[in-house]
Amino acid sequence: MLDLTAAEWTAVELSLRIAVVATACALPFGIAIGWLLARKNFWGKTVLDGLVFLPLVLPPVVTGYLLLISFGRRGPVGEFLYDYFGIVLSFRWTGAALSCGVMGFPLLVRPIRLALEAIDCKLEDAAATLGANRVLVFLTVTLPLALPGIIVGVVLCFARALGEFGATITFVSNIPGETQTISAAIYTLTQVPGGDAAAGRLVLIALALAFAALIASEWLSRRAAIRFHGE
Amino acid sequence: MIVLAVDVEKQLGAFKLGVRFEAAGGATALFGPSGSGKTSLVNMIAGLLKPDRGSIALDDTVLFDAARGINVPPHQRRIGYVFQDGRLFPHLSVRQNLDYGRRMSGRPQDAKDLERIVALLDIGHLLGRRPRMLSGGERQRVAVGRALLMGPRLLLLDEPLASLDAAHKREILPYLVRLRDDAGIPIVYVSHMPAEVRRIATTVVRLDAGHVAAAGGLELLTDADADLLA
Repeated sequence: MLDLTAAEWTAVELSLRIAVVATACALPFGIAIGWLLARKNFWGKTVLDGLVFLPLVLPPVVTGYLLLISFGRRGPVGEFLYDYFGIVLSFRWTGAALSCGVMGFPLLVRPIRLALEAIDCKLEDAAATLGANRVLVFLTVTLPLALPGIIVGVVLCFARALGEFGATITFVSNIPGETQTISAAIYTLTQVPGGDAAAGRLVLIALALAFAALIASEWLSRRAAIRFHGE
Repeated sequence: MIVLAVDVEKQLGAFKLGVRFEAAGGATALFGPSGSGKTSLVNMIAGLLKPDRGSIALDDTVLFDAARGINVPPHQRRIGYVFQDGRLFPHLSVRQNLDYGRRMSGRPQDAKDLERIVALLDIGHLLGRRPRMLSGGERQRVAVGRALLMGPRLLLLDEPLASLDAAHKREILPYLVRLRDDAGIPIVYVSHMPAEVRRIATTVVRLDAGHVAAAGGLELLTDADADLLA
């Protein structure tokens, strides 16, 4: 049954590549914004907070459309990226990674922010008296203590990116070999007669990937917990 | 010889702290009831709290001077600070906690130094453990060791025994006395317990409601101080 055709393998490989790149690129921003929201008070904080969580409440098609008009070749950001860096995102797998990253971002930021808020700032004071400057305090105390939250955020963001459909198909369409992920491929297969068997195979793959992500997160969280608190 | 010269003012809500004292070598006790501003004062010496006015100098280094706009950040002060609650890093082993100050300053590893302080505090058998697995007394000994191993010019001990029961207090007091006599580092010892102060301090600064009520030798501890034990 799991005798995938080359086209189906391509969809699986693309999905994984897009999800990994989306999560990896979103992570530094997720930590930075989670830190800002957890620790700093500044003008416009509520706006930033809302902006980060917008993709969670907007219809994905709307998010995709907004990406299209801003990051498309003739959109303000897209034009800038093309003119100065030669980067094209629309209808490319990199564009799919962008839309998946944006959609997963709220799920990434929230646990990181909560983890950072839960850290006892007194430990950071103690690190400072022991000679650590701000950067070292962040790297040796803040970040490791926030690690469980970061792991949760990464897994949620990765899972969201892996399953993203609405925003991605709106922004970068459904091009086999370039932007056709597992979800998009399943959708296409259900639209044609006789596509059920192939769709079923991809559904099984999607299930397996989801389970693997859950098990991996469970394992990572447990390891982090043991590192912190002993067995 | 004067080691530490403090002359600071700070408004903390409705509470006004205005303290001026000098400390020589040995152990100086900041002694007074809860709420007399002791912890705020040591936080200012460590650089964790910024005074409104005044100055703080350690040896011939000015750590803080409001008039001249000097405020050395805590990580450059080289002042060891043992907190009331220990504040060991929960994600690091005891050994890594002890080594933290050296790593942050980028000094080369000194096995002799570690050995000496581990022996002084009798914590050799704890090195592989996590802070969570330590008793209260063990935790405070490791906290003292961690502060000592950063090579401090001054050691601040903020009620290091406050969270311990009587048995653990008796356990750790001799180590602190040894520390005062052997380590050769000036100590500022914060406490509201006359019994502790008698054992450890060589000089006493009495604080009351944010001001220095008296400064001098151990004779400042009167029998009336027994009331503070309550």
